[in-house]
Amino acid sequence: MRKTGSPCSGQSGLPNPAFGHEKPHGKPLWLLAELTYKCPLQCPYCSNPLDFAGAGAELTTQQWLDVFAQGREMGAVQLGFSGGEPLVRQDLADLIAGAHELGYYTNLITSGVGLNAAKMAAFKQAGLDHIQISFQASDADVNNMLAGSKKAFEQKLAMAREVKAQGYPMVLNFVTHRHNIDQIDRIIELCVALEADYVELATCQYYGWAYENTEQLLPTQAQLAHAEAVTNDYRERLAAAGNPIKLIFVTPDYYEERPKGCMNGWGQVFLTVTPDGTALPCHSARMLPLEFPNVADSTLKEIWDANPSFNYFRGDDWMQEPCRSCDEKDKDFGGCHCQAYMLTGDMHNADPVCSKSAHHHKIVTARERAETVTNAPDQFVYRNERNSRVFAKG
Amino acid sequence: MSNSIALHTVPKLNRLFRFQWEQAQEAYVLLYPEGMIQLNGPAGEILALVDGERDVQQIIAQLQQKFADAGDISQDIVEFLGEAHAQNWITL
Ligand code: SF4
Ligand code: SF4
Repeated sequence: MRKTGSPCSGQSGLPNPAFGHEKPHGKPLWLLAELTYKCPLQCPYCSNPLDFAGAGAELTTQQWLDVFAQGREMGAVQLGFSGGEPLVRQDLADLIAGAHELGYYTNLITSGVGLNAAKMAAFKQAGLDHIQISFQASDADVNNMLAGSKKAFEQKLAMAREVKAQGYPMVLNFVTHRHNIDQIDRIIELCVALEADYVELATCQYYGWAYENTEQLLPTQAQLAHAEAVTNDYRERLAAAGNPIKLIFVTPDYYEERPKGCMNGWGQVFLTVTPDGTALPCHSARMLPLEFPNVADSTLKEIWDANPSFNYFRGDDWMQEPCRSCDEKDKDFGGCHCQAYMLTGDMHNADPVCSKSAHHHKIVTARERAETVTNAPDQFVYRNERNSRVFAKG
Repeated sequence: MSNSIALHTVPKLNRLFRFQWEQAQEAYVLLYPEGMIQLNGPAGEILALVDGERDVQQIIAQLQQKFADAGDISQDIVEFLGEAHAQNWITL
């Protein structure tokens, strides 16, 4: 269980002219530590790589602490513990304590499964700043939760209450899709009742596992418009009532004519380290035909400043048409290279979400299909070791 | 709205935010779940004095003393605190 990280809203720093082979880039303000790919749940829209069962051994406690120290020295300030399910790591409290001492703002991104009040208190003691509970178990689960049944959701609700009781800021993250988006009013009501501080209503991004399930997940345009209107309505009413809750609604880029910018720019703000130590400019980038470095072989500074893969999409030398001569290229940097790669087979292409892309019809077709497809959640490809091995072999 | 803050009000940082000096950015920042606000110089100086004990008057006096050349900055400070309150960074 993991989420797509939202980059810091701060400005990225100035290029550092002191280092050899560099392209302009900011500081890695946001460090995402994917501690493990192990997870007790099997979400069909997990953004973990499809071949996760083939990944190498996990970093040790000491290796992680070393990565955190290096990151902090380079200016990293937000640290996310995710996975998989980070609670699976037995040394989580030690990792939190280490990160806290270094001055990080520490975020635990969890499904809540495996959490209990005692652990939460221990994490608090260790200096954990914030807990995000993701409600994205499986579709049936979201529905069961809204109906008030099923154990996993009882557990999540209990943990959400405990998060508040222990005085943590709480973010609730709901991955929405065509099977639950019509119930967004009830999702919001639940979040209000749980006194969430922030609610992320994110229509799932079609990377990783979700891409295998696009047909089953993409909401229709009408569903989306409805959900957004409902959210806006709640926003107004809650604000008028003096409720400080923040509702964050993320639309799927499949319904845009311009792509979302790549993580504030590739290798500009965001640095992910995967369970086996691979360093990535974002959680999805591993799918690209680039070779990514490992923190066991190089320092974080070498990786961030000069690694060819981190430099690859910095600047615009890599661009081809229509991006190269486009007057909007500073806005979206050509969009998402992973999406371009998935949909067109060439990561140098414009993100096909862009209406200037020669491949834009693929997005349009997916939208059209969303209008006609019949709902059959049992056709999901579930994220579990067996399915993953199939991909790992391929 | 900003003018309505009384001088004896004691502002306090919202518990959702953590305030700290970031050497790498040479700035004070507000940290919150998965986000960061980089504060400009004056904003950082003011928030650095918001500790849930000093009242507005004390904050003004202290900054006025520290930046003696700046002229009368009390109105700017009160305005900023109003803005910080509107942003939910502080409670009054
Ligand atoms: S053509 Fe490329 S740079 Fe221009 S808007 Fe589209 S994706 Fe962005
Ligand atoms: S290209 Fe890859 S790195 Fe950039 S936003 Fe897309 S998924 Fe992330």
